[in-house]
Amino acid sequence: MAEQTALGIQSLQEAAIDAITQAADATALDQVRVRYLGKSGELTALLKQLGTLPPAERPAAGQAINQAKNVVQQAIETRKSALEQTALAARLAAERIDVTLPGRGQMPGGLHPVTRALRRIERLFANAGFAVVEGPEVEDAYHNFAALNIPEHHPARAMHDTFYFDAERLLRTHTSPVQIRVMEEQAPPLKVIAPGRVYRCDSDLTHTPMFHQVEGLLVDEQVSFADLKGVLYDFLTNFFERDLKLRFRPSYFPFTEPSAEVDIQCVMCDGDGCRVCKQTGWLEVLGCGMVYPEVFRHVGIDPERHLGYAFGMGVERLAMLRYGIDDIRLNFDNDLRYLRQFR
Amino acid sequence: MRFSEAWLREWVNPPVDTQRLADQLSMAGLEVDAVEPAAPVFSGVRVGHVLSIEPHPDAAKLRVCSVDVGEDAPLQIICGAANVAADMKVPVATIGASLPGNFKIKRAKLRGVESFGMICSASELGLAESSDGILPLPADAPLGEDFRAWLALDDQCIEVDLTPDRGDCLGLAGLAREVAVINRVPLMPTAIKPIEPVSDERFSVQLLAPEACPRYVCRVIRGIDPSATTPLWMRERLRRGGIRAISPVVDVTNYVLLELGQPMHGFDLAKLAGEIRVRMATEGETLALLNGEQATLRADTLVIADAERAVALAGIMGGAESGVGAETRDILLESAFFAPLAVSGKARSYGLHTDSSHRFERGVDPELQVRAIERATRLLLDIVGGEPGPVCEVSAAEHLPRPTPLPLRAERVARILGLQLPNETIEDILERLGMAIERREDGWQVTPPSARFDLVQEVDLIADIGRIHGYDLIPVSHASSASATQSDSETRFELDRARLALVDRGFQEVITYSFVSPEIQELVEPGVETLKLANPISAELSVMRTSLWPGLLQTAVYNQARQMERVRIFESGLRFRFGPEGLTQTPGIAGLVVGDRLPEQWDQKGQGVDFFDLKADVEALLTQTGASASFRFVPAEHPALHPGQTARIERDGQPVGLIGMLHPALAAQLDLTGNVFLFELDLAPLTPGVLPHYGKISRYPGIRRDLAILIDQGVSYEAVEQCIRSVASDLLRELILFDVYTGQNIETGRKSLALGLILQSSSQTLTDEVIDATVGRILERLTSELDARLRD
Repeated sequence: MAEQTALGIQSLQEAAIDAITQAADATALDQVRVRYLGKSGELTALLKQLGTLPPAERPAAGQAINQAKNVVQQAIETRKSALEQTALAARLAAERIDVTLPGRGQMPGGLHPVTRALRRIERLFANAGFAVVEGPEVEDAYHNFAALNIPEHHPARAMHDTFYFDAERLLRTHTSPVQIRVMEEQAPPLKVIAPGRVYRCDSDLTHTPMFHQVEGLLVDEQVSFADLKGVLYDFLTNFFERDLKLRFRPSYFPFTEPSAEVDIQCVMCDGDGCRVCKQTGWLEVLGCGMVYPEVFRHVGIDPERHLGYAFGMGVERLAMLRYGIDDIRLNFDNDLRYLRQFR
Repeated sequence: MRFSEAWLREWVNPPVDTQRLADQLSMAGLEVDAVEPAAPVFSGVRVGHVLSIEPHPDAAKLRVCSVDVGEDAPLQIICGAANVAADMKVPVATIGASLPGNFKIKRAKLRGVESFGMICSASELGLAESSDGILPLPADAPLGEDFRAWLALDDQCIEVDLTPDRGDCLGLAGLAREVAVINRVPLMPTAIKPIEPVSDERFSVQLLAPEACPRYVCRVIRGIDPSATTPLWMRERLRRGGIRAISPVVDVTNYVLLELGQPMHGFDLAKLAGEIRVRMATEGETLALLNGEQATLRADTLVIADAERAVALAGIMGGAESGVGAETRDILLESAFFAPLAVSGKARSYGLHTDSSHRFERGVDPELQVRAIERATRLLLDIVGGEPGPVCEVSAAEHLPRPTPLPLRAERVARILGLQLPNETIEDILERLGMAIERREDGWQVTPPSARFDLVQEVDLIADIGRIHGYDLIPVSHASSASATQSDSETRFELDRARLALVDRGFQEVITYSFVSPEIQELVEPGVETLKLANPISAELSVMRTSLWPGLLQTAVYNQARQMERVRIFESGLRFRFGPEGLTQTPGIAGLVVGDRLPEQWDQKGQGVDFFDLKADVEALLTQTGASASFRFVPAEHPALHPGQTARIERDGQPVGLIGMLHPALAAQLDLTGNVFLFELDLAPLTPGVLPHYGKISRYPGIRRDLAILIDQGVSYEAVEQCIRSVASDLLRELILFDVYTGQNIETGRKSLALGLILQSSSQTLTDEVIDATVGRILERLTSELDARLRD
């Protein structure tokens, strides 16, 4: 009897293992589990029959049945895990994609190159403690000219190619009137830059009737031309991210004295001479000077006590040099194929 | 101001080459614009003497010349010029010569006759734009001499672009002084000696506007030779100075203008009646000018008149009738000082700009007139002969600019330049510049030369010291002025951040002109008053924009015309409108979208943008204020927009902008393809925003309940939302609209809204009873107020 039992267990176990091996998926495997190990499974049934055996055989038989159950259980686990692995591998294989397909959704636009250069200029001067101020674009002749020591009929006024609305109102020809407005409203010390649109009645290959300038003004008790050289040297080398040679050339602006035009070593040819610098090796990028006493008098600042420097630069000029743009008019055609290059 | 380097070097000859000289001038504030050779490259041209001319046997227009070029035998040269004559000195390009344009002269046969060279015209040598015949040379031109060397053509024309303060350098004499100062070399001015008068004929001058013309110098010269011609050397100097030779008298006055900077004028004495009256014009008086135009004068204009009429626009241009002509035998030379203020702007006001007005506007040395007239007389006598009278000078001393001594403090020099200069250096610079200096306790008293109209304040002297010492020797100081932290409001609307937000949402920034065409302005904002330019570049750019839309629309049109159908652009800037207080210049930001919502891609079919896409972009901007809840989109109308798809954006009841679809009729008119959507926001009302304020996060779970309601189509979602919030404001954490549906299974005139309500308490876990009661109250209110029904 004992042997019979042992044989029965053995064959049952073998049949179970067979069935497990053949189970193709989790469902089939579960059916095998229920058939052998379930409540009314075949191995479970054997256990239930233990009571019918003579007591002396029971321990050995029980042990054998339990062992068989363990073996089957183990085989089911192993098979289950193998089936899971296979399924996962299949899923992964099925889910393979072409990662080189383009991403989906909105793509960013971009800032206008002039804005891009302006932000850079503003940030560099902000780092040096200059605050940004703004002024009107429709100006009066007083702020645009007279207060800046450019009287009526002064040759410098004729050089400005001004857009007029009437005898009094005009489009500002430079950002310098913002200097006056700031000094009218605030007491020194002052340290500001004024970016914005300016207008000249001039339109050809190298001129557009509207362009951008950034004006700078510093007023304090101890300010010298040497300080002006310092701030502009720092700005220009930082703007172009290279150590540039600078040249301060004496010049004339009615609202500064001493005045200078600032040339940088040509950034296109490193000063060797090229088309952009007209073979001179130098590029004029800035005008600057010490605030003229007359200007201080117009706004009620005592020129004996306070000194100041001012500078002005053309943003398009700097942007064109920085990004290698060769035609200023592109900036206002607003061709998207042009603008998208400055994302 | 353009001049010959060789001429300058007669005045001052520093040991520096042309390039260095040009750099020195630029670095002294006299910017050199161009350095150009006085003549193009050529070689092998010599001074020849035409011995005889014979007609060409086979060509009516050609002559066979025998020309001596200083060699053993004369050369046979064929010449086609009508003016070639025997005994003439001429430039001859001999065999082997190379003319401008690399034109090589070879032995040639012209209609069977051999030619051993070419007689040249001025244009063939690059000395004139065009010529009529060959260039005759003076009789004393040295036979056989190299033409280039003889005319000193290896010279440079230097063009300086002078700033308006440096009128003193609008003559070679002034430039020479600067060069002498920079190089510390002596100045060798042309000697000017008074000319002994041959007659005692004086001409009466009355200064009737002495503040405008405080000095008038003139001289009668009778009996000049009207057939005389201007010598080649003078014509060359004028040419190198950019001035065309006209006639001896005009050429001499122009020569003195270039040399000394004094504009002069020659009258035909026979055509002057009685005397010279320097007076203001009478209103409406007319004057025929030398340029052939007829000027109608204003009373603010200074004229030179005789006893009867105006004969010249003072300091600007002479009159045609009184000018020197081919028949003129007696002349009156004028050398005057006109006050800059009297001349400033006048030439321009008559549409003129002359070498003379250019100089008087900037200031001519008031001490120069007599010297200039003596110099001109000398030159004239040498060229056209004649009998000079005495120099007649009339001055109103009280109106002449008087050199004003200026104080100069040593401490101030150092403070402004940021450079401590020894007193000796300062004095040396000032003296070299021709200033008279006197020592004072704290510095000096300095009297500038009469030609320097730009030196009126102490700081002008300081600038000149810096300039001559060298700006490059002023140190670079990095001791930046103390800067306190700038105040910066955190609730200010930041344009920069708004721009970047739009960029990140696929917008490209554009910058368009602030002036637009009146047509598009009228299309976009019909009837709105605009500010118009008095002198626009063109009609297309003549009115100031009142909205950013015209520029955006034109940009869209421009790009669609170039196969870019999908456009997402924005611009920020000022708009110019008239309000009750007059003109306002208000900053705004505006955007335009047209075309597909997303860039074309492989996964989804393209879908056109609509109102709600752009609304999300606008809401993204408004979110920056931290006060989204204070903004409302209110149905509105605008002439440029679709009447059913337009909203006014309001903040607390005040309008801050507009959003909508471009009216299809307008889109068609502008040739725009696809539905175009626009927005524009005023920037000012977006400030102040709201500072974030922390609120506790509930520890209890939120519960979601979904509701689908049927409601009249005319009821806005905003009304539904307000109704729900008014009932459940304490528990309603979030309200999500997840479907809007009309059509099948929905009664006509009604719509279905599917809403997700997320309820959450800050003090307890919500029970089903509480939630059911709340949802019930919401439904009740929706039904009673908005006639809503729960959808089955």
